[in-house]
Amino acid sequence: MKDITIYITDRNGVTHTILAPTDMNMNLMEVVRSYELAEEGTIGVCGGMAMCASCQCYVESDHELPEMSHDEDLMLSEAFYVQDNSRLGCQLFISPSLEGLQVTLAPSDV
Amino acid sequence: MIKTDILIIGAGPTGLFTVFEAGLLKLKCHLIDALPQPGGQCSEIYPKKPIYDIPAFPEILAGDLVSNLMKQIEPFQPGFTLGERAETIEKQDDGSFVVTTNKGTKHHAPIVAIAGGLGSFEPRKPPITDIANFEDHGVEYIIRDPEMYRDKKVVIAGGGDSALDWSIFLTDVAESVTLVHRRNEFRGALDSVEKVQELKNVGKIEMVTPAEVVGIVGDDAVEGVTIKRGAEVFNKPCDHFIPLFGLAPKLGPIADWGLEIEKNAIKVDNTLDYQTNIPGIYAIGDVNTYPGKLKLILCGFHEATLMCQSAYQRIFPDKRYVMKYTTVGGIDGFDGSRKEAPKAVVKKIE
Repeated sequence: MKDITIYITDRNGVTHTILAPTDMNMNLMEVVRSYELAEEGTIGVCGGMAMCASCQCYVESDHELPEMSHDEDLMLSEAFYVQDNSRLGCQLFISPSLEGLQVTLAPSDV
Repeated sequence: MIKTDILIIGAGPTGLFTVFEAGLLKLKCHLIDALPQPGGQCSEIYPKKPIYDIPAFPEILAGDLVSNLMKQIEPFQPGFTLGERAETIEKQDDGSFVVTTNKGTKHHAPIVAIAGGLGSFEPRKPPITDIANFEDHGVEYIIRDPEMYRDKKVVIAGGGDSALDWSIFLTDVAESVTLVHRRNEFRGALDSVEKVQELKNVGKIEMVTPAEVVGIVGDDAVEGVTIKRGAEVFNKPCDHFIPLFGLAPKLGPIADWGLEIEKNAIKVDNTLDYQTNIPGIYAIGDVNTYPGKLKLILCGFHEATLMCQSAYQRIFPDKRYVMKYTTVGGIDGFDGSRKEAPKAVVKKIE
């Protein structure tokens, strides 16, 4: 399977064009960490269990995203800086349908 | 003053397993943890979630892993200072250390092993302007003494168990309890949600949902909070505002101990023994970083094992020792217990 291109704006406002593999079961939080786009210890704190909101991001493009799980929805209900387009990066798995995805990382609350 | 051989900061899986490896070397351990129970993230964040990469356990719940570790280290009688955060460290003239907690408990040891994971768990503070100015003047993130809310007006924010449980508890103490949450749904245990519903029905808890506290009213102390519900913004008079949004780990005071920090972790120069830039202080498990570091429980176990051998050499520089297999040497607990492999039975055939 091929890699997809996604656009990630980091917490300093810099947009990065990133190639992400679709065949490694990676999620968006892990992609951010693999490219070191956020400081270690400030993202993916719970390891990707939707139990913290350190990987919160705002989805800027109009991609159709997988529906939120109960866990993600409830975590976002207690997170800070939440907007209508907030999602947890750890719950967005990299798949071909996310080609061209644009996201901005939410401010760190850690 | 609590005295021990290895003072372990952090009672997560790595810290707990350190007790076992140290015990094999007849070194005593004492653990400090900011949480009230041992187990670190495994107990606090995901006790009911399975882990699949603990060698020889195809699947184990994080909570069970902690229970098993507690059982495994029992013979070595570790001491615990729980619910206290390691705050300061002072090096003594003889090279040993005194570590003092936020509650003033002092610990003395020749070796300090920092197994602090991602740091100590501290309350998540909502990003409300000037909230820091009101801390301890009407804003509390942790309820230490419920009596201080007697006959007061209290606003609680949050949607988890602690927000629900404290709302329920304080209805018997406070003059009024208001619970603010961004949703109508709550994350807490079902019976807590039902209890809050009952108390709401009888007018003992005022619910403001879906809404958010966006500001604090008052000069020196809290006089009220500003609540935003949809387009509506209003002030709610109160004496106390208690945001309960769970805990998040922070490296905290350890960051000021003169240790080399990189990527929010403690740098260890080598993977020989995981010693930090201060001789006698080691960093093991998720809290450390070195080239190739992986934050895995199984790596923490390995690091703890190597670290203990180095600690032994540091405490007893003139003694020779070689690692012994537990199957061969058995386990001699500090409580006088002994475990060993059964001896072969030899019987003659007449």
